[in-house]
Amino acid sequence: MNDRSHIKNIFARGRRTAIAAAAASLLMGSAAHAETLRFAFQGTLNALDPYTLNETFSLGMFGNVYEGLTKRDKDLQIIPGLAESWEVVDPLTWRFKLREGVKFANGNDFNADDVIFSAERVRAESSDLKTRIPADSEWVKVDDYTVEVKLKTPNPILHYEWDTWYMMDKEWAEAEGAVSPVSAKDTSPGPAAYKANGTGPFMFESHEPGVKTVFKPNPNWWGTPEHNLTEVIFTPIAADGTRVAALLAGDVDLIDPVPVQDIPRVNADPNTEALTGPELRVIHLGFNQMDDELATSDVKGKNPFKDPNVRKAFYQAIDIEAIKARVMRDLSTPVPLLIANELYSGSGDFQRWPFDPEAGKKLLADAGYPDGFTVAMDCPNDRYVNDEAICQAAVSMLAKIGVTVNLNAQPKSQYFAKVLAPGGYDTDFFLLGWTPGSLDSWNVLTNLAGCRDATGKGGPFNLGGYCNPEVDALAAKILGETDTAKRDAMINEAYTIMTNETSHIPLHQQSLAWGKRKNIDIVQRPDNQVLFYWAKVN
Amino acid sequence: MIAFAIRRLVQAIGVMLVVALISFLMFRFVGDPVNQLVGVDTSPAEREALRQALGLNDPVLVQFGRFIVKAAQLDFGISYQFKQPVASLIASRLPATLELSFVSAVFALAIGIPMGIFTGLYPFSWVSRGFLAISLIGVSLPTFLIGILLIFIVSVNLGWLPSFGRGDTVRIFGNWTTGLLTKSGLQSLILPAITLGLFQMTLIMRLVRGEMLEVLRTDYIKFARARGLSRRAINFGHALKNTLVPVITITGLQVGSIIAFAIITETVFQWPGMGLMFLQAVQSVDIPIMAAYLLLIAFLFVMINFIVDMLYVAVDPRIRLGGARG
Repeated sequence: MNDRSHIKNIFARGRRTAIAAAAASLLMGSAAHAETLRFAFQGTLNALDPYTLNETFSLGMFGNVYEGLTKRDKDLQIIPGLAESWEVVDPLTWRFKLREGVKFANGNDFNADDVIFSAERVRAESSDLKTRIPADSEWVKVDDYTVEVKLKTPNPILHYEWDTWYMMDKEWAEAEGAVSPVSAKDTSPGPAAYKANGTGPFMFESHEPGVKTVFKPNPNWWGTPEHNLTEVIFTPIAADGTRVAALLAGDVDLIDPVPVQDIPRVNADPNTEALTGPELRVIHLGFNQMDDELATSDVKGKNPFKDPNVRKAFYQAIDIEAIKARVMRDLSTPVPLLIANELYSGSGDFQRWPFDPEAGKKLLADAGYPDGFTVAMDCPNDRYVNDEAICQAAVSMLAKIGVTVNLNAQPKSQYFAKVLAPGGYDTDFFLLGWTPGSLDSWNVLTNLAGCRDATGKGGPFNLGGYCNPEVDALAAKILGETDTAKRDAMINEAYTIMTNETSHIPLHQQSLAWGKRKNIDIVQRPDNQVLFYWAKVN
Repeated sequence: MIAFAIRRLVQAIGVMLVVALISFLMFRFVGDPVNQLVGVDTSPAEREALRQALGLNDPVLVQFGRFIVKAAQLDFGISYQFKQPVASLIASRLPATLELSFVSAVFALAIGIPMGIFTGLYPFSWVSRGFLAISLIGVSLPTFLIGILLIFIVSVNLGWLPSFGRGDTVRIFGNWTTGLLTKSGLQSLILPAITLGLFQMTLIMRLVRGEMLEVLRTDYIKFARARGLSRRAINFGHALKNTLVPVITITGLQVGSIIAFAIITETVFQWPGMGLMFLQAVQSVDIPIMAAYLLLIAFLFVMINFIVDMLYVAVDPRIRLGGARG
């Protein structure tokens, strides 16, 4: 029931209640202009320290309260944030001009000291955002509103992740005892776990982790609000059915995510609709190419996945369109590379290997496995959209070329404990999703395709241990190449090698699905950050 | 009596230690907490350093010993995910769970006992058969299904009650918040309380019905009828009184399971109690919260059993000697 009809009803009921209602609305402030956005997400917002966890959802939430030197606009293009402008003086020196007149929520001024402080804090031992700036970069205060960054090696994508590296207030942090980032290994929690002081359009009004968080507009904000909100109430709702029900019942205005199977239902309701679009996350399958023998296979004495033809046979056995239509209900975008189409200008030059089980069978036979073989597959069941169902589909498709896959699907906490470095990369065949934090190919080439040792040095998320020195050499050059055309050409070369060798099987970009009441306007960026400063309640 | 109490207390401490140990042994199969604590870009070396700092590389028994020594001082450590002391987190979530459990129990008794009496007095009426059919549903449907059905019927289709959460709460003292003093708080309580209490309600109803049928067949009821007492005096004076003794015992014993089984209901309704926090902790491998919660639930059951035992002994001293029922 909206406030206005409520007031009308009260007037209909008689004068005494009307007076009471008027008094109540006076006490509550003007009810007609209170625009509250009630938002529910499947996960929780934990500690409020913006350097504690490098995770999209938390960083997106903090992005309403804090700001970085740069921002990303609605199309993910880098735009000025707390830095008005910047110039690359020479390949090793960047100069940032800071915005003047910016105040933190507590009224403190923002200036170069805060930037230097934030640069030290984000590199502190307990920070989880150390990758935001090079560990060996030097930060120099030129004057109150100019900062110079001195690098040891050229880095054209230095500022690519600075939209989520938020500027903190030096005075506030020192006064609150929040100089070093809150970490799980602290024996006593720092105040930054439940306090915040940013320059952003909103501020935290209250925060009960796992229960409820209330945001209020920041009256000291330097910018012009594009939203019309007076309050945002965030509640985690973990259970899918309850989250959808809360939206349909009108108890919340916005939910993330809507399970794929509930999208028709949300669209069918006259008051709600689903907001869908491609996400930057790419789902892929990978092979153990490191061990000399697969622990879970009946092939002994050799590792079939070391043969590129076997990998290509698997690739051609996967019917990506069937997965899109049946498993993802058309909410996926098949991709030829391990990076989302939006993030690499040259992705249009690449094509997936065609779906062709006959060719796959032949490749397997030529490789010496005419009757196929057995292998186990590891898969999370609560991490990506329909992850387990994708794996099941792949298992049945691979059966058609004679490969018997034993599926081991388990919750992400156990899956990652097994397949990452601490578990000794204990997997022969797996499904993994990846979003490059920097939204750039170099991140993909190193993390997913860099040669690694047993502890993960080199390519920590290259679970299968694919290794091609040429790709590594290209990645090293790409990192320092400041000429965009040359850089893109080298990226193209690296991806060509990986595609020809079938280093992995890229599957698709999954889709974002938010549910909202129809009177809400909000921008859905492919990075899945929920940003209130573009939200309107109509 | 004193010796009996001491013996029971020693047993209770033993039970709690065993629960804590078993839960600690189980934590090894929950997964790797560090992976939930850091972002994807965190290097393996840093992950390893964090694991070392959290003491996760120590043998299980060493970790267990550390936990017990600290727990004895009521220090349950810092939650991995929330970065706040577990003791205060649990204290802040306890009121929600206790309130929900209490209201569920009241609901179960207030509806279950009259239904039980009625079906006991008129076993062959159609109304009784209807009640019994309803109670079958209550026993056989899983809690989460009842919850989600209620949400979809009452909240989504009828729009009568909130679909999730606890509504507005009022802080009474310290960490104790209550939803019983606000309209939205009371409205939010109804569906979860029904969901949680439905099974207990059917249990109580069938118990009361069975006892009632049995008591009504006893000689003293026949004599009472022969003395020409009114039906009402017989049913509610003689029969019901004797019926309620076992009901009270069972209800007491069920309090523990209501609180423990609140996990499912709290998850379905996103009710911000301990059960929900425990489930979130399992998903993100937040060992300090899991350990403290399991210990707390063990303590609860142990205490309830201890109190029930003591009451029995106080009522009937022969129990101490292992005597027969009197």
